[in-house]
Amino acid sequence: MPSIDKNVKENKFALFCDNVKKYKTLILMCIPAMIFFIAFNYAPLPGLYVAFVKFNYGAGIFKSKFVGLDNFKFLFESGKLWMLTRNTILYNFTFIILDNFLAIFFAILINEITRRMFKKITQTIMLLPYFISAVLVGLLVYNIFNYDYGFLNRVLTYMGVPRWAPYSNPKVWPGLIVLIQLWQCTGYNTIVYFAAIMAIDTEVIEAARMDGVNAFQRIRYITLPYLKPTLIILLLFAMGGIVHGNFGLFYNIVGRNSILYPTTDIIETYVYRATVNDFNFSTASAVGLYQSVIGFILVMLCNKAIKKIEPEYSLF
Amino acid sequence: MVQKTFSDYFVERLAIILITVFSILCIFPFLLIIGTSFSSEAVVRIKGFTIIPEDFSLEAYKMIFKSGKILLGSYIVTILMTLVGTVCGLSIISMTGYALQRRDFPYRNGISFFIYFASLFSAGLAPYYLIMVQLYHLKDNYLAVLLPLLMSPWLIILMKNYVKSIPYEITESGKIDGAGDFRIFAELILPMLTPALATIGLFLALGYWNEWYQSSLFLSARIVYKPLQYMLYQIINQVAYLKNSVAGSYVTFTDFPQETLKMATAVIATGPIILVYPFAQKYFISGITVGAVKG
Repeated sequence: MPSIDKNVKENKFALFCDNVKKYKTLILMCIPAMIFFIAFNYAPLPGLYVAFVKFNYGAGIFKSKFVGLDNFKFLFESGKLWMLTRNTILYNFTFIILDNFLAIFFAILINEITRRMFKKITQTIMLLPYFISAVLVGLLVYNIFNYDYGFLNRVLTYMGVPRWAPYSNPKVWPGLIVLIQLWQCTGYNTIVYFAAIMAIDTEVIEAARMDGVNAFQRIRYITLPYLKPTLIILLLFAMGGIVHGNFGLFYNIVGRNSILYPTTDIIETYVYRATVNDFNFSTASAVGLYQSVIGFILVMLCNKAIKKIEPEYSLF
Repeated sequence: MVQKTFSDYFVERLAIILITVFSILCIFPFLLIIGTSFSSEAVVRIKGFTIIPEDFSLEAYKMIFKSGKILLGSYIVTILMTLVGTVCGLSIISMTGYALQRRDFPYRNGISFFIYFASLFSAGLAPYYLIMVQLYHLKDNYLAVLLPLLMSPWLIILMKNYVKSIPYEITESGKIDGAGDFRIFAELILPMLTPALATIGLFLALGYWNEWYQSSLFLSARIVYKPLQYMLYQIINQVAYLKNSVAGSYVTFTDFPQETLKMATAVIATGPIILVYPFAQKYFISGITVGAVKG
């Protein structure tokens, strides 16, 4: 019955107009933010077409020669894509596991301490590394590991051990970079877990004490089970972002030291160099698109898992 | 309060020891930078970086302040950028956060998803770089640094979480009094959001103060006064830049305090936020715990 259909449509449209009128202030309040995300997140999306052309700077993206999947083919056949993916995921995976383990460990320890002043001061110090720029982190690392003046070599020389030259040895960096990232971020996650511990009902703990439960049992049977949901959610969120590397950290530590690339090049650093140094927008964009697609699929999968476990934490 | 047992004391002792060790590890590299910045280059060249300067010297700081204009310019650029960016960002984020938390607003889910999706699928660096340079013409423009840091989906979600804790009855009472939506927000809601504004403002300010990435993409040598952390980045990575901009070309390479100068610049560029940090920490922790899981 077409007339009813038309009526429904008109009604819907009229309702829409009414709503827009009624809520025009609230809509206006959202407009600046929407313009922002259109300008910086959505508008660049059509530019992904550059991944399918042989880019010519003068002609612009849409007038460059279309080459189909050639850019991807090159990255795939040279093994580059595999190396970058492997590095990015392995670094993130190792970091995520160790970071959460250490953060839970430290959060439980802080909770056991009764001296308030000590707690406050150490929390301040533990968060400090998270507060500084990646540039400064790079300099701190240089301070310790530099061959000529580094603190480590100073200590080694003092002990009569030969100097160590990590900046020309790619093999040591996977371990070092994970350590550095832990140094910078563990304090942050410790606070997250500490907050979760603080939310435990004190009556439960008092009751356990009353029953003669010792500290180890209390941690094992009350605190740890209580942290399990937080851990699972944080792990799932982290897994959703596992193909996205910590660019600032890697770039400020490794920089243009190409000796270290085989073990330290991640997707972000490769894309950055391809864009800024080589103006190779097509290759950079091909890698970026590949990363975005995989990242998107992973976020969706993890979000689905979260929705199943704790619906209130799911993203949408 | 139940009596503490032996195991409680044991665990507490252990905790104090381990947490102390970790805290020392956290703060140690900072001391290394400060110590070296007050050393003389000659001693650093022989003995290496140090926490306690053997030969106290201000030569690195003197050299930086001799070229005062560049440093002062960078400071002004960074402070202005931090102030303007934080105020603008906060206004937009709080407005949006309130509107998206209003339960009677029919488009809130749609708009929320529109904002959230932006962080789920990005075009990546190359298309972003091209659009910034070729379409917006922001190369060598401070706006290229200021604008992209104004907000993030995460900060808007964080603000929504804070707004959620304000009872809807307040909005309703405003409506009964005949106030418009913007007035309800500005006069009733905003004053109650002070802790949220402090927290999110802190995250924004920190982002601006620590900014080096957008600068490295869009600010070329033509821009003399660079944001502080980017200036530090260049001083660390380019000895040539260091000689020209800070020391002037009359200094010969051998007596140029290359290493101590890096450290002194780091102290000057980062000092202010480290000094503010203990006072701001409360808000920082609040942000971490409120926004933790949805980070």
